[in-house]
Amino acid sequence: MIYADNAATTRMSKASIEAMNFVINEVWGNPSSLYTHGQKAKELLEKSREEIAGLIGCEPREIVFTSGGSESDNQAILSAAEIGRKNGKMHIVSSAFEHHAVLHTLEKLKKEGFEITLLDVHNDGLVNPCELESAIKDNTCLVSIMFANNEIGTIQPIKEIGEICRKKNVIFHTDAVQAVGHIPINVKELKVDMLSASAHKFKGPKGVGFLYVKKGIKLKNLIEGGAQERGKRGGTENLPGIVAMATALKEAVAGIADNTPHIIAVRNKIIEGLNDIPHSILNGDIENRLPGNINFCFEGIEGEALLLLLDDKGISASSGSACTSGSLDPSHVLLAIGRVHDIAHGSLRLSIDESITEEDADYIIKSVKEVVEYLRSFSPIWRELVSGKKEFIL
Amino acid sequence: MALYSEKVMDHFRNPRNLGVIEDADGIGEVGNVKCGDIMKMYLKIEDDIVKDVKFETFGCGSAIASSSMATELIKGKPLSEVKKLTNKAVAEALDGLPDYKMHCSVLAEEAIQSALEDYEKRSGKKI
Repeated sequence: MIYADNAATTRMSKASIEAMNFVINEVWGNPSSLYTHGQKAKELLEKSREEIAGLIGCEPREIVFTSGGSESDNQAILSAAEIGRKNGKMHIVSSAFEHHAVLHTLEKLKKEGFEITLLDVHNDGLVNPCELESAIKDNTCLVSIMFANNEIGTIQPIKEIGEICRKKNVIFHTDAVQAVGHIPINVKELKVDMLSASAHKFKGPKGVGFLYVKKGIKLKNLIEGGAQERGKRGGTENLPGIVAMATALKEAVAGIADNTPHIIAVRNKIIEGLNDIPHSILNGDIENRLPGNINFCFEGIEGEALLLLLDDKGISASSGSACTSGSLDPSHVLLAIGRVHDIAHGSLRLSIDESITEEDADYIIKSVKEVVEYLRSFSPIWRELVSGKKEFIL
Repeated sequence: MALYSEKVMDHFRNPRNLGVIEDADGIGEVGNVKCGDIMKMYLKIEDDIVKDVKFETFGCGSAIASSSMATELIKGKPLSEVKKLTNKAVAEALDGLPDYKMHCSVLAEEAIQSALEDYEKRSGKKI
């Protein structure tokens, strides 16, 4: 099997699994207990916090452990909104192709009276910093722009956005779920105030993540309870998950320099190969892009059928078609970069990691070509396009 | 549980009656590209019987399987019987479809009914 859906989730690394097993078997005490067994757990908890802080360039007390990316996004946005509300600042700037954890939280705030500006991400899938700067108003309390898009992998100009927000004195949150552990990140250099991350996207376990919050920004509790996480998130800590996450992140960050050139080389090979398919297009800017992301649209076919046939050939991938989302509309990300419905239904996302080989790339290219050609052979839309009854879009 | 029944996967992987009938007696096309499903049915009719049927589909796995199964259900059948084909019969013959995919079987029923109407219009016969 070729697993090419690492943007959905990753397989845990051996070291991460071992760390998790170690904690489950050996350090199962409650970090809040005062006897030795509990204190050993507390020690591991704080060591994990220090490690993670060191890996993204912040202080340990600026890391809050959560259940994952969605919780981190919710807590970050709702906290900044709360601060804004108290100061009479009820405007938030974000982008049209954020993850639903961000967009749905913003929709909720809109119902509560907040004004939301969603920036255009243009055909290349990039936020324009100048447009962002002019969107910030006197009453803007938060800018939330994702670090890298989960579907098309485009990396946003985070440093420029950070500088603008610092200058304008507006809190800057970034959903970095797809970026952490894949590209180097230093929150201080980037002038990021809040950052969301999820362990299972960098070979850690599911159900655990973290939120970086710059000192001085008051967090709003989503979960009331005990004094865990400095009183900002009640509930006994998920220590096996947290230690495994720190282990996975250490490994991922250490591997970036060695792995990236290989991943990019294979990715570019696949992109070149798929570009040969007539009436297809790469989605998202090629330069500012996550190393492992490939996202194409093929005219005249539908994505779910494509995925099922690729699965038959042993390739696990993903699509932004309506049928894979369970809704009638195709991916909001593809619509945001200007793909019309007809085209957005025929999308394919491959997200590869360092285990990919040149042979895998050849096999993927060959298989996608075969499947696209086959599905087109009995697509009534394709027939109309080829016969000239309808004009090609791509 | 898998997303689809084995029957759905079988009809998706090996669609029956795929293609076009150049001199069809009735053609029906339903769905729209915005929603991501289009089905086109071609009927060849002799002595009020579906002598041959072919289909083309742009759509997901269950849309392709529903079209394929629908053609199997009507091939060789008298038009009076074909007219009574329901989406429920298509879905049942496929051992069921997930709730949010039932509209695929509806499209299959509509495509066949639309082809029948086209035949009625062309031939001047009433089924």
